[in-house]
Amino acid sequence: MSGAQKIAVTVTAVVPLNDLVTRFEFRRTGGGLLPTFSGGAHTVVEMRDGDTPRMNPYSLMSDPMDQTSYAISVRRDDVGRGGSLFMHNNVAVGDEMVISNPVNLFSLDLRAKKQLFIAGGIGITPFLAQIKQMERLGGRWELHYTCRSEALGSYVDELTTQHPNEANVYYDDQDQRIDLKALLDGQPIGTHIYVCGPKGMIDWVRNTAAAEGWPREGIHYEEFLAPQSGKPFEVKLAISNKVIQVGEQESLLEAMERSGVDAPYLCRGGACGQCETRVIDYTGNFIHRDHWLDDAEHASGEKIMPCVSRFEGKTLVLDR
Amino acid sequence: MTLQFNDETFRDDYSFHNSDRALKRFPFPFHEDSYMYSVNMEQHQGGPADSIYEKRFDVDEHYVSEMRDRAMVLADDPLRCQSLPHMTLAGWDLLELIMVSKSEDYPDLFELHRDGDQWRWVNKPMGIDDSFTFLDEATLPYGPMEYITRQTQGDFCVLDQRDDNLWMDAGTITTQADWSLDFDLGMNFFEWHAPVPMAHEKGIFVRALKFLLNIQQGAPARRLNWTLTVNPLLDTSPENYHKWGIQKTSMTPETVGAKQHLRVELQTFFRLPRSNALVFPIRCYLCSFQDLTKTPKWARRLHRVIRDLPDELATYKGFIDNRPMMLDYLSQFDDGLPTSLGIWPDLDTEPALQKRLI
Ligand code: HEM
Ligand code: FES
Repeated sequence: MSGAQKIAVTVTAVVPLNDLVTRFEFRRTGGGLLPTFSGGAHTVVEMRDGDTPRMNPYSLMSDPMDQTSYAISVRRDDVGRGGSLFMHNNVAVGDEMVISNPVNLFSLDLRAKKQLFIAGGIGITPFLAQIKQMERLGGRWELHYTCRSEALGSYVDELTTQHPNEANVYYDDQDQRIDLKALLDGQPIGTHIYVCGPKGMIDWVRNTAAAEGWPREGIHYEEFLAPQSGKPFEVKLAISNKVIQVGEQESLLEAMERSGVDAPYLCRGGACGQCETRVIDYTGNFIHRDHWLDDAEHASGEKIMPCVSRFEGKTLVLDR
Repeated sequence: MTLQFNDETFRDDYSFHNSDRALKRFPFPFHEDSYMYSVNMEQHQGGPADSIYEKRFDVDEHYVSEMRDRAMVLADDPLRCQSLPHMTLAGWDLLELIMVSKSEDYPDLFELHRDGDQWRWVNKPMGIDDSFTFLDEATLPYGPMEYITRQTQGDFCVLDQRDDNLWMDAGTITTQADWSLDFDLGMNFFEWHAPVPMAHEKGIFVRALKFLLNIQQGAPARRLNWTLTVNPLLDTSPENYHKWGIQKTSMTPETVGAKQHLRVELQTFFRLPRSNALVFPIRCYLCSFQDLTKTPKWARRLHRVIRDLPDELATYKGFIDNRPMMLDYLSQFDDGLPTSLGIWPDLDTEPALQKRLI
C-alpha cells in the first residue's frame, strides 16, 4: 500500500471562520490517542466525492503535544478540482473519514537561534502548530502574517491577543506591506526563515533573502500544490502493462490509482519526491509543476512527478 | 516465555555465550551463497515468533550483561554518548518510543505508567523504578537519550533531518564496528559513509538516503549488516583499537572456531514524531564460528561467502589477514551441496553435513 499509514477518524467539529476558511477537528474513531507530530507536519485527508476518490494534504494546526485531537483549516477554492469544496459542502460533525499519519516536510531547524515565520493567507496553518511547539520548548520566534482583509484574517485575534509581541499582521486592503529588507536586516545571526503562502510570496522571500546574502539552508518554505486540471492525455504503463486515460479533472497519479496501479506517493503536492517516475519514451511536452526535480531534470524528459505534473502530446510511456 | 539473563562478560575472560535458543534465533545475514552491498531495506513490522524481528526492540538473554558493559565503557570514556543541544527533544522522542514499545511488547519486564507529564518507568531486569516529568531534564539522572540508551541493547545514532540530508548530531555508541561517534559527530550521511568501499560507486548511498528521508512515523524499516570480530567484544571502537586490534593476531588454527565471531547488526530506522528526527538503532548479535557451523546450511554458506568476498570488503571489514586461517577451518564443513535461498536455518529440510568434523 502506498502513502503513510492511515488513521480512521471522526469529525468532532466544523467551525466556519470567515467567508473562505473553515476549521475541521478530528478524533480517533472508537477512542484512543492520535500520534504525536512536529510543527509543520501535514496529513492527507481522503474523501469519497461520489465516485471520485480525492486525497488532499492539509497542514496540522493543532498543538503537536495534544494527542486527543487534530485540527486542519481548509480554504475554499471555487475554481479548483473540488477537494476543498467537498470539505466545505459535504463534511459534517460525526462523519467518519480516513486521514494519513502525520508527515513533516516543513519542520523547524531546532538549531536556530530564532525562528522567523512569514505567512500569507491560509499559509498560516503550519505556523499555528509550530508556534505552539516553540512556546512549549521555550524558543524565540516572530511571525509576520499578511491577510487580504480583516474579515479574512483567520486566527488573527487569537494570535495578537496571546502573542502581542511576536505576532505582526498586515492587511492588503489597507495597503500594509511587510518591509522585508528591513525585517531581514534586523535579524540576529542564526535566525531561520520559514515562509508559507502563495507562490509569489515564497519566491519574493526566497529571492530577497538570497540577494541579502542569507544562506540557502536558512530559508525554509512550503507550498502545497493542488493538482491542476488540464487537457486529457493517454499514458502507457510499461510494468503494469496498461494503457490509461488521464481525465481533465484528475491527476496522473489519481488516474493510475483508479486503474488499480499501486503507485507510491506521500504528499500528493509535488514536494516529497516519493512519486518520482521514470519516463521510458515520449513524444510531446511535459507540464512539470513539482518542486522536487530541478530544472535540468525537468528539461531532460527522463522523469515526471505524477501527483502534480501533466503531459501534452502523442505518446508517453512510464516505468510503472 | 520467561527470559533467563546470562551473567557474562564481553572483555577479559570473555564468558559471553549463546544458549540453544539464542543460536536458533541468531540473525544469519546471508540469504544466498555470496554477498555484496545493496540497498537491503524492508519494513520493520514484526516477524516470525521468537525471531529477533518480532518486537520493535528485541530484548534477549544478553541484556543485563550488555548494559553492564555499556556502563563500563561510558565510565571510561564519556564522549561515547553525546547530544548536541538541539537534539534534546529527539532524545525525549526516543525515550518515549522505547518506553512505550518495551512496556507493550514485554509487559512482564517493563512497565510505563503515564499521568499527563508525570511518568513512572519500571525496568525489572535492571531493578529500576523511576518517576519523572516528561520533557523536564532536571527530573532524570541523565539526559533523556542517555537515560534510556543505558537501558536498551544496541548503539543509537540520532539523526537530525534538514537540507535533504541526515546529520549525526547525537548518539550513544559503545558497541561499534570500528567507527567513532566523537569523530563523526555533526557529519552528514555522505560524510560519515566516506570510508566505505564500492558502495558509493554503485549509487547505494544516494538511494538509501532518499529512502531514509521518507521514513514515516509508524512505518519503521530495517536492514542487516555484518562484520567479523575476534573474541566476543562489544566495544571494537577506534578509541580502543590498541586493546582489541592485537587480539586479531592471537588466533591459531586451534582457536579460530571458538574465537572468531560473526558480528551481525540489526539496523532499524524510526521516525521520531515530536522532533522529526530519525533514530538508527544498531543492535549487535555475536556468534562464534564453532556455534554457527552446527547449522548445516549456515556452515556451507559461511564458507562460500567468506571465500568469495571481494578483497576490498575483506580489507575494510578488517579480516583479510586472517581469511586463509578461517577458510581452512570453514572448508572442513563445506561438502559442496546446494543451499536453500533465504536466511532461515531450514533445519528440517537441509541435509546434515556430509563431511566429517575433525
Ligand atoms: C541513518 C542511518 C545510518 C547511519 C547512522 C549509518 C552509519 C554508518 C557508519 C558510522 C558506518 C561506518 C563507516 C566507517 O567505516 O567509518 C557505516 C557503514 C556502512 N553503511 Fe551505514 N549508516 C546508516 C544507514 C545506512 C543505510 C540505509 C545503508 C544502506 C544501504 C548503509 C550502508 C552502509 C554500508 C554498506 C556500510 C559499510 C559496512 C561494512 O561493510 O561493514 N548505511 N554506516
Ligand atoms: S507524492 Fe510527493 S512529490 Fe508526488
